[in-house]
Amino acid sequence: MGIGLTTLLLLAALAPLGFLAYRLGRGKALGAMATGISMHSRPQQYGWYSVVWMGLPALGVAIAAAVLSVVGLISPSRELVLIVSIAVALMGLAHGLRAIRPEVRARNALDNVIRLLLLSAALISIMTTVAIVFSILFEAMRFFREVSVWEFVTGTVWSPGDTFLEAAGRGDEVGEGTSFFGSVPLFAGTFMVTAIAMATALPIGLLSAIFMSEYATRRQRGLAKPILEILAGIPTVVYGFFAAITVTPIIVDIATFFGLDASYSNILSPGIVMGIMIIPFISSLSDDVINSIPQSLREGAYALGTTHSETIRQVILPAALPGVISAFLLGVSRALGETMIVVMAAGVRPNLTWNPLEDMTTVTVNIVYSLTGDLAFDSPQTLSAFALGLVLFIVTLSLNLVSTYLVRRFKQKYD
Amino acid sequence: MQRRLTGSASDPRIRARYRRETRFKAYTVTALFVAFAIIVAFFADIISQGYTAFWRTEIQVTLDYNERAERIGRFAINEDLREIVSRGAVRGIPLEIRNNPELAGTTHERWVPVYSRIDQYFKGKEALPPELEQQVLQLKEAGVIRSTFNWAFFTAGDSKLPELAGIFSAAVGSIFVLFVTLMFAFPIGVLSAIYLEEFAPDNKLTQAIEVNINNLAAVPSIIFGLLGLAVFINTFGVPRSSALVGGLTLGLMTLPIIIISTRAALRAVPDPIRLGAFAMGCSRWQVVRDHVLPLSLPGILTGTIIGLAQAMGETAPLIIVGMIAYIPEAPSSIFESATVLPAQVFTWASEPRKAFMEKTAAGIIVLLAILLTLNATAVLLRRKFERRW
Amino acid sequence: METELKNTPTTAAETQSMADNTGEQTMGGKAVPEVKMQAEDLNLWYGDTQALHSINLEMYAREVTALIGPSGCGKSTFLRCLNRMNDLIPQVRLEGRVSLDGEDIYDHSVDVVQLRTFVGMVFQKPNPFPKSIYENIAYAPRLHGTGTSRSELDDLVESSLKRAGLWNEVADRLDTPGTELSGGQQQRLCIARAIAVNPEVILMDEPASALDPLATATVEELIHELKDNYTIVIVTHNLQQAARVAGYTAFFHMGKVVEYNDTDTLFTNPREQRTEDYITGRFG
Repeated sequence: MGIGLTTLLLLAALAPLGFLAYRLGRGKALGAMATGISMHSRPQQYGWYSVVWMGLPALGVAIAAAVLSVVGLISPSRELVLIVSIAVALMGLAHGLRAIRPEVRARNALDNVIRLLLLSAALISIMTTVAIVFSILFEAMRFFREVSVWEFVTGTVWSPGDTFLEAAGRGDEVGEGTSFFGSVPLFAGTFMVTAIAMATALPIGLLSAIFMSEYATRRQRGLAKPILEILAGIPTVVYGFFAAITVTPIIVDIATFFGLDASYSNILSPGIVMGIMIIPFISSLSDDVINSIPQSLREGAYALGTTHSETIRQVILPAALPGVISAFLLGVSRALGETMIVVMAAGVRPNLTWNPLEDMTTVTVNIVYSLTGDLAFDSPQTLSAFALGLVLFIVTLSLNLVSTYLVRRFKQKYD
Repeated sequence: MQRRLTGSASDPRIRARYRRETRFKAYTVTALFVAFAIIVAFFADIISQGYTAFWRTEIQVTLDYNERAERIGRFAINEDLREIVSRGAVRGIPLEIRNNPELAGTTHERWVPVYSRIDQYFKGKEALPPELEQQVLQLKEAGVIRSTFNWAFFTAGDSKLPELAGIFSAAVGSIFVLFVTLMFAFPIGVLSAIYLEEFAPDNKLTQAIEVNINNLAAVPSIIFGLLGLAVFINTFGVPRSSALVGGLTLGLMTLPIIIISTRAALRAVPDPIRLGAFAMGCSRWQVVRDHVLPLSLPGILTGTIIGLAQAMGETAPLIIVGMIAYIPEAPSSIFESATVLPAQVFTWASEPRKAFMEKTAAGIIVLLAILLTLNATAVLLRRKFERRW
Repeated sequence: METELKNTPTTAAETQSMADNTGEQTMGGKAVPEVKMQAEDLNLWYGDTQALHSINLEMYAREVTALIGPSGCGKSTFLRCLNRMNDLIPQVRLEGRVSLDGEDIYDHSVDVVQLRTFVGMVFQKPNPFPKSIYENIAYAPRLHGTGTSRSELDDLVESSLKRAGLWNEVADRLDTPGTELSGGQQQRLCIARAIAVNPEVILMDEPASALDPLATATVEELIHELKDNYTIVIVTHNLQQAARVAGYTAFFHMGKVVEYNDTDTLFTNPREQRTEDYITGRFG
């Protein structure tokens, strides 16, 4: 019996029981009221009250069994879990019905159950984070048992290729020390592509935001904003195609025209396209920030006889700086973690260079390539994806925290 | 009297300041126009590359269900057309004969797709050897080659033959994945938001949850792929490549988006409405259920649609959980291997054969059309139900 | 000039002759005021709503003119017409004439930026720039080129702060952000900032309404001193304040000037019933 079927059967059994519990509970309350007893809560609430008594313990048993078997403490057969859960449900139903008395505060009990339900939903977000941290950390630790952290952080050669043979059971043929996990070239590529992206996105995004919030009429703004937002809704795989098929050949042509040598997987093209993707983030966040600068500050500047652009550059932008920096950091964080554009348009050869016309590879490209081959899951190359993912997660998380902090400080100042 | 207020024309300092003003404004306008130009170029590029895929070249052939065709479909075609007719178009003939033995020995006139190189030739994208070119041009003259709307692009699954490849199986996969995502993220997201906005006391736990949600929204999507791989596949044994694992992974990613937008929608409901309901003796849950939720529903739906649209365009985490398999047949359950539209686009984009390029661009056009529709729906929904308190 | 000081004319026609006065004329030992700014038949619309109805008003040089009236009567709107602050609000339409020293400030050839260096403004809520105290004041002179060298600017900052009565409080911390001062200090910083441009007219839009009584007293004292060098137009909600600081007072109601006179007459012997009702607290 599969997990899906077991769950389905359990729900199939609990649903009619729930209906029964509701009718019985409400019926008992109605019966009591018919004889003139005043009940604390409404009859329907007693109905739900017995449903809760029936369902909650039963679901609790089922979930506990599932968790325990995943953790590996016990491994009950699924049939057993099913039978025990239904038995618990029946016992709960009997108890719930017996418990219905005039002084029982069914409504308050229900409120508490609902509150618990809502809280557990909210806790799932925390559990997700914990799961991210632990699952990635756990796999990364396995990687670092085989490769030293020092080599990973400072090594300048990334060549996991030979572990392919190892994974295929032919490790003896290549001998020790032929695979290298120095991540510096990967991070160099990631930072290069990020720098190019931000050099594209920041001026266009910020200046557009200034136009929309300071110079544009309401109509122009109402038109320009949604058009820019279109860029934010385009899937990254589409940007990747655009970079690889359209932008790269253009860049190669231009480079050739100037007598330069450009690779067909040059890092400039994905960088520029990534920048295009980030424009709407920069522009809409900066627009928000500029708009939240109080009008009084503008008027203060105008009253001193400044021109519009002087007001913008010397009063508004300095005041909005924390917000703009925060938008910039969010953009950087997106660029660092962006995957499809670089997978489709950047190279796969780890390359330490300053020349954006050469091919470079990035962290995310290597995460994808080490997980899409037919490798054993515990080969160092596969595990290296988690080590890279861990670093990526830590860096983007820190950027986001700093950015949130800056925005909060900014908001406090002007609220 | 001295005219002082208009004296600036002669003051070089002020003239310089005004020149800077003009220049600065010009920069901002230029920036915006550059962005617009990029958007226009982008759409023009994709559409010009992809629109041809919605048409396909067909040829009228006489299919001869002879004895040899019972084993190999190609023998049903006249020998000199075998280079022209798509191999895939006649692949099914042996099976057809086996299922209907009375067909054996009959002949049929039928329009079938041509080989992709010839299709590409008629679309002006590839050259043909001179003899072959001569032959197809004569056939075209004779009226046995035509160009029709490519319905198969929407009704067929993936294929190794570009002339037969379609987006159907990927579209079904996308629907399955989004269904799982919605079923997972919508209830949990809305319930979390209700807790945080309406019930939560202001304590450390609540603050921790809030910080968490904001951070989750900024975690790169590929990290969610790693999570899905490590937790759902390796720990819980959810089948790799299935719509279930893809949907759950995207669900975790969409969760913070739904929570954040739902909270905003709940917050937009003014407090007097809550106070009024409390004053009538509603419990907190009743206030939320009967008053706050109905008022904030349009906002919640808008946020959900935007979250789903984002999930629909996502590729990276799905690659990590194996959803780039070659899927010619549409999956029939969420436990089967499936692919999604953007992953199909990625698969086609990695194909070296040129005929797949227009497929890629056409897949992108379909994907963009769906996403723009979804987002426009969200915007319209918001406009229609937007309420100023 | 037959006009008596205590009986200042209220019609545009009568005052027209005075607009031509360039110097001070002495009459019966009293100075006949020189008209610094003048509004003639000024109408203003926000979209379709008319906010000002044919305002005629003159503001005299080196005098404090107070604009009083109930909320929404148009006094702030009028004030903002005097240095074209309303230009910043879309959909504002304006007819009539406002002049500074006889020169129409709404003439199409007028440079608004230049105008605002002559007519400065202090706002209801203190709005120091998020820069240091020093930079708040040095910013505009540097921009306008009236102070270029460091020493010039140092002197200007010091003198402006001294004239605004803030020097003693901040002399040792000119580098701290202006936003860290108390409300009253911030407002005086904003006044110092306006003075540093060396304007001829200073507009004040309820400059003390966001301040505590003690800070209000300091600012009022300051206004009193500034009167010797500047023409001041002040909008206030506080009738006592108008009575304390202003030589002339205009009572606005429903977008019209109901009555304009020297402050003593207006408060003790108003001609109009509405004025009396307002100053005795019957509405507003």
